[in-house]
Amino acid sequence: MAEANARPRLEVHDVTKSFGAVAAVQGVSFPLHPGEAHALVGENGAGKSTIVKMLAGVHRPDTGTLRVDGVDVDFAGPADAKAAGIAVIYQEPTLFPDLSVAENIAIGNQPLTRLRQIDRREMTANAERLFQRLGVPLDPSRPARGLSIADQQLVEIAKALSAEARVLIMDEPTAALSAVEVERLFAVVRSLRDEGAAIMFISHRFEEITALCERVTIMRDGKHVATELVAELSVDDMIRRMVGRDLSALFPKQDVEPGEVVLEVEGLSREGVFKDISFSVRSGEIVALAGLVGAGRSEVMQAVFGVDPYDSGTVKVHGRRLRKGLPRAAMAAGMALVPEDRRQQGLVMELSIERNVTLPRARKLARLGLLFGGAEREAALTWTQKLQTKLGRLSDAVGTLSGGNQQKVVLAKWLATGPKLLIVDEPTRGIDVGTKAEVHRLMSSLAADGLAVVMVSSELPEVLGMADRIVVLREGRIAAQLTRAEATEESVMYAAMGQEVSV
Amino acid sequence: MSDTLRKGGAPQEIDLDKRPANNRSAVLKSRLTSWDSIILVLTVLVLIVASGTVDNFGTSRNFTFMVLDLLPIILIALPMTMIIVTGEIDLSVASTLGLTSSMMGWLWNQGLSIESIIPLCIVIGAICGVVNGFLITGLGLPSLAVTIGTLALYRGLAFVVLGDGAVADFPWNYTGWVTGTIGGGAVPNVLILIVVLALIFGIVQHATPFGRSLYAIGANAQAAHFSGIRVARTKFWLYVASGAVAGLVGVLWTLRYSSARADNGAGLELAVVAAVLLGGVSIFGGKGSLPGVLAGVVLLTALQNALRLEDVSGQALNIVTGSLLVLSVLLPNITTAVRSNWHRRRLRQAASR
Repeated sequence: MAEANARPRLEVHDVTKSFGAVAAVQGVSFPLHPGEAHALVGENGAGKSTIVKMLAGVHRPDTGTLRVDGVDVDFAGPADAKAAGIAVIYQEPTLFPDLSVAENIAIGNQPLTRLRQIDRREMTANAERLFQRLGVPLDPSRPARGLSIADQQLVEIAKALSAEARVLIMDEPTAALSAVEVERLFAVVRSLRDEGAAIMFISHRFEEITALCERVTIMRDGKHVATELVAELSVDDMIRRMVGRDLSALFPKQDVEPGEVVLEVEGLSREGVFKDISFSVRSGEIVALAGLVGAGRSEVMQAVFGVDPYDSGTVKVHGRRLRKGLPRAAMAAGMALVPEDRRQQGLVMELSIERNVTLPRARKLARLGLLFGGAEREAALTWTQKLQTKLGRLSDAVGTLSGGNQQKVVLAKWLATGPKLLIVDEPTRGIDVGTKAEVHRLMSSLAADGLAVVMVSSELPEVLGMADRIVVLREGRIAAQLTRAEATEESVMYAAMGQEVSV
Repeated sequence: MSDTLRKGGAPQEIDLDKRPANNRSAVLKSRLTSWDSIILVLTVLVLIVASGTVDNFGTSRNFTFMVLDLLPIILIALPMTMIIVTGEIDLSVASTLGLTSSMMGWLWNQGLSIESIIPLCIVIGAICGVVNGFLITGLGLPSLAVTIGTLALYRGLAFVVLGDGAVADFPWNYTGWVTGTIGGGAVPNVLILIVVLALIFGIVQHATPFGRSLYAIGANAQAAHFSGIRVARTKFWLYVASGAVAGLVGVLWTLRYSSARADNGAGLELAVVAAVLLGGVSIFGGKGSLPGVLAGVVLLTALQNALRLEDVSGQALNIVTGSLLVLSVLLPNITTAVRSNWHRRRLRQAASR
């Protein structure tokens, strides 16, 4: 690290951390300089989150040291990291929903009056000052509940500022933000950087990294690959170093002659959520449900699968009507749903990998109603290997895996049921490019084998690249149905936002 | 250390010669240090030490008494373990026991035969469970509140049925069977019942799809729902099973003491919950095993039995039970902290070498 600049504010030096048999981080070093935004990139499972957690004081490094202003530090807990001036902003902010914004900002170091009471006026004034400095119009007295994720992140940043943080670590802050919100966040981050804060920024979106960061550290498989100036690298360079190989086509959808109709949805409605949804999916076809966040895409597919109720309409699989509200009936008809939120809906984090993979299929694996470890382990081994899941032991809790590998476990879990219709909801959210390409290739080859696929996705390139047909939803209604030939970035966005479609 | 696992950059083609050995020792190690086995070892230790040092502890007569003492706790703990694994609780079990005991006396006074009273009492217990299950899964009320409510309700009903009197003239061949031993030896008849029921519940919990789903429900009910598990229905049947077993224990309790009373088994729910937690089941759901619970029950009763033989007063016994419960929650935390510290130090030493 022979940097000409001033002494780094924070230095990660030869740090190693392993969980059980999996070495999450091995000998990683990089500096964070004041007044500089530093990107940390790598595939899922490369060890980025582990680095963040060590800096946040959640994990302690097994070996190696962290240095703040050139002095070795050992964080026993998050409070120590905070005291050293390190603030971490996670993808999903951790505010107290029932406290006001001002209270959330002041939490842990509330201003006191002379009588040792909390000084509410000062607290609110302080919050107002911070928001002015950040240039965002937020009301300090409103409760945190109901704030958008973008606004919650700004509150977190204000909280970091009030604690006089000099190092700001942002773990995929933009994953759930709209383009406008990202721009506003970047404006705030840039001004903090110019005031001399050291910023560490994690994102899977390269356009954001080139727009915001001066320097980038690339990690692969828990190891440090390179730390370089962003200006000296092209996006292709970054991807190649992250993945360690050249990426072939990102969206390799094979052309398949669609077969018989597998899924027919007719007039599906649920009061206040979606209305009069009709579409069909043939075997070998990938149908994408596109639309803005909140358009009701996930809700429609959850109703189809039976985890949510619906008021009227019908769902037919292979021409046979499906009883509503029964996931088990949907599964018996050959449906599988890879849900949007893998932590809450897709997986049971505390349970082992093998138990998770075999959860929907436990009945089938049982002999005479009895189920012993062997059958489960075998099934789990087959499917995790097919999907090239990186794991230590099958008996490890699934929560110890990285995000991309967790997603593979969810896919394994449902592919193991041998579905005729696969519903995937945001299959590549928060997943690195390498795994993403793997997932796309997998979906494409499954469709080629005659599986019908419904894909809910917010990523336009993914939708355009993968789908044979695109159903665009807007405010709970179908705004357009486009064929692959008709679909362009513009036509889908127009339909999603309620403009005239000119095709 | 994991270099062997990562070699070649293709983790799915893991060096298959090395892994199983690694695995086996690691699995063995984690098995040996798990809470279940600690409790098991502790239980055996208590049994050995007590037989050596406490007069009359190791006698066959005392063994019979001990089995009779742990009978109600161990039977009710079987369904209770499942309920707590799903993240719920049933505090009404002892009152259900009291209600079935009262009903048994009342029905006997009405002149019904004992052969028809016993199944009837189990059904009454099951109905108590149906009420709990409906309130909790049908109406979505919290199980803690519901079963505290029915704890009072069922006990109240028990007093309505029988007042504060007692019915004692049950046929000797039944009361004698419960307190008797196989062939007049040391093994009590009821041990057969315990073994059979424990086997059934153990297999259901640990080797059936139903049992698997309990853990998924306890750890993440939403993900379980998304996996096609019928969460509400599963919980409902657990409450019915819990009520039925409590009903059966009500019958056994009545026969053992040859006395049907409304206040039979009062406060037993705490002993059951304590034993289940001591056995390593997490009160938050999703974790725990039946062997651990069985050991927990034995440990608790053996310790109390030994101390009673040493003429320790009832109040002091409560102190022991309470401390044991707190320790059972505290110890696993301490051991994990110590272990991770030790692990870090070892790695640092290896790195500085």
